[in-house]
Amino acid sequence: MSDTTVASPVRRVVARIVDLRKDYVLGKNVVHALRGVSLEFRQGDFVAIMGASGSGKSTLLNLLGCLDKPTSGRYILAGQDVSQLDDYALSKIRSRYLGFIFQSYNLIPQLSVVENIQIPLQYQGDDSPAALQRCVRLAKLVGLGDRLDHRPTELSGGQQQRVAIARSLVNNPHVILADEPTGNLDSATGEEIMGLLDALNRAGRTIIMVTHEADIAAHAHRVVRLRDGRIEHDGTP
Amino acid sequence: MGEGVSYQAQQQIKDLGATNIIVRSVKPPEDSSRTAGGFFIPYGLLREDYTRILANVPTIRNAVPMREIRKEVRNEDRAVDAKLVGCTPDYLDLNRLRIARGRFLEDRDLTEVANVAVLAAHTAEQLFRHEDPIGRSVQIGTDFYVVVGLTEPRGASAAIGGSLEARDYDLDVYIPLDTLRWRIGDMVMTARAGSREGEIVELSQITLTVGDLDEVDEAAAIIQSLLEKYHKVRDYAIVVPKELLRQAEMLRMLFNVLLVLIAGISLLVGGIGIMNIMLATVTERTREIGIRRALGATQGDIIRQFLTETVVLSSTGGLLGVIFGFLCIPAVPMIRRLLNAFFPHVVASLPPNLQKLEPRIALWSIVAAFCISVAVGMLFGLYPARRAAQMDPIEALRHE
Repeated sequence: MSDTTVASPVRRVVARIVDLRKDYVLGKNVVHALRGVSLEFRQGDFVAIMGASGSGKSTLLNLLGCLDKPTSGRYILAGQDVSQLDDYALSKIRSRYLGFIFQSYNLIPQLSVVENIQIPLQYQGDDSPAALQRCVRLAKLVGLGDRLDHRPTELSGGQQQRVAIARSLVNNPHVILADEPTGNLDSATGEEIMGLLDALNRAGRTIIMVTHEADIAAHAHRVVRLRDGRIEHDGTP
Repeated sequence: MGEGVSYQAQQQIKDLGATNIIVRSVKPPEDSSRTAGGFFIPYGLLREDYTRILANVPTIRNAVPMREIRKEVRNEDRAVDAKLVGCTPDYLDLNRLRIARGRFLEDRDLTEVANVAVLAAHTAEQLFRHEDPIGRSVQIGTDFYVVVGLTEPRGASAAIGGSLEARDYDLDVYIPLDTLRWRIGDMVMTARAGSREGEIVELSQITLTVGDLDEVDEAAAIIQSLLEKYHKVRDYAIVVPKELLRQAEMLRMLFNVLLVLIAGISLLVGGIGIMNIMLATVTERTREIGIRRALGATQGDIIRQFLTETVVLSSTGGLLGVIFGFLCIPAVPMIRRLLNAFFPHVVASLPPNLQKLEPRIALWSIVAAFCISVAVGMLFGLYPARRAAQMDPIEALRHE
């Protein structure tokens, strides 16, 4: 529906990877998980990364999420090369520019809905009343305005994933990284979640999503298919 | 507890005076005294010893000889088995006694060999229930003595290490030393288990004071050699409170070292326990750590979080410890009362120091206890916290 906008050259590049490689040493063997991947993500992109297991899509997502460092290549996020930053700087990058949505929600069970949404702000050192207000607003946005003080265990899977989505938005990230966001949900709930992501994307959010389900990937405007650590396909679904 | 013990010992020794040397008569073992022959057994310090010591030890500032005898003291039909103390006016200050009313013995009383007596609080109370004892007379043996003063009650001093007996001052009657010598004499008869025993003792004790702490040891050595020369059997004992003070100080240090050692071991054990718990917590919460790291927590943030948790844990422990410490204050007398009620013979067999032991809480120890528990938390929390921080976020997120 928005192929034209994807092609539009006006939108700025939020993230770019150039010839990204990642090797793992397993005993005496070196596993080449990524063998030179170059991609560009623009503001408002909704990209699905697909591929069989072992194709390197998880590795790519970890690198995009600044949870890991590439063996070589460059990763430019928000205008700076983050590929060789140290652990502290990477933590700060994650805190400022990235939002995460996981397959298994990854909420902290001891904390309430609002507190879970608040975590990224805490690590930015923002515990102002305005921050709290923002968390409450986001909870309402994802439809959990009446469950602010519930624990994750008191929520359904779909509701937990909504909390996770609200949490991924709270720091106003440049890029939202979603790892199989519907993997643990039944198809109806999965569709609801995808509807929410669609809405966020329409509102201008950049979303990079790893999935192996074609019908989920169909929500994206662009599909990157990986095979053996290389890009096999990059284009429309 | 350590504070309590040392306080008690130091107080006792301070009462004796650090610059004092106490020379006491001690009854020699039975068989050696029997060979001396006669019905009356002579032993102990002689008046000659007193003059000899005064003549030969130049550093002595003050010397107080005294003689004490258990004796019945009467007022008409009331009688008290009192401790009759023949002494000089200096005896008052030396033993930190205070005059409640009237006066203590004076030099004049000694030169005149006056029949005057000063009663201790309890003695006076027993002999004169509702009357004013001053100006009245009491009967000791066949003689009458005019009561000229009363001393204030004074707590008993406990025995120290076998060389000094416990001394209860409240049943005393003080009369001039010379009066005691001329009116009562050196011979004392005691009826004991059917048989009579007599002994001849000239002086029970001489308390000598030197001018300076440094002179104590030398003076004690001279006195020792003087007495050795003139006494065939060891019928005397020399007590040097300064020496006792040093011993008590040593004992206290040993005791404290022991306590610190025990405390150290329990801290170590407790610390390892805390570390174990925190390591388990860290493992259990691996996923949470992964989530927090992904959401922007730095390694420092994670360390801070786990260190805070450990310190909260350990300082809660420290706080509980302090509270238990305070509970010891009422608990110790309570336990003692309980023991007294159910096992009186056990309590009686304990040394008197232990029977009267009161726990004292030093203010610094409260602060120290708290600081130490925080420090223990810090120390033993650091390793688990570092382990948490150094986890690979990707691995941690994958952890089930």
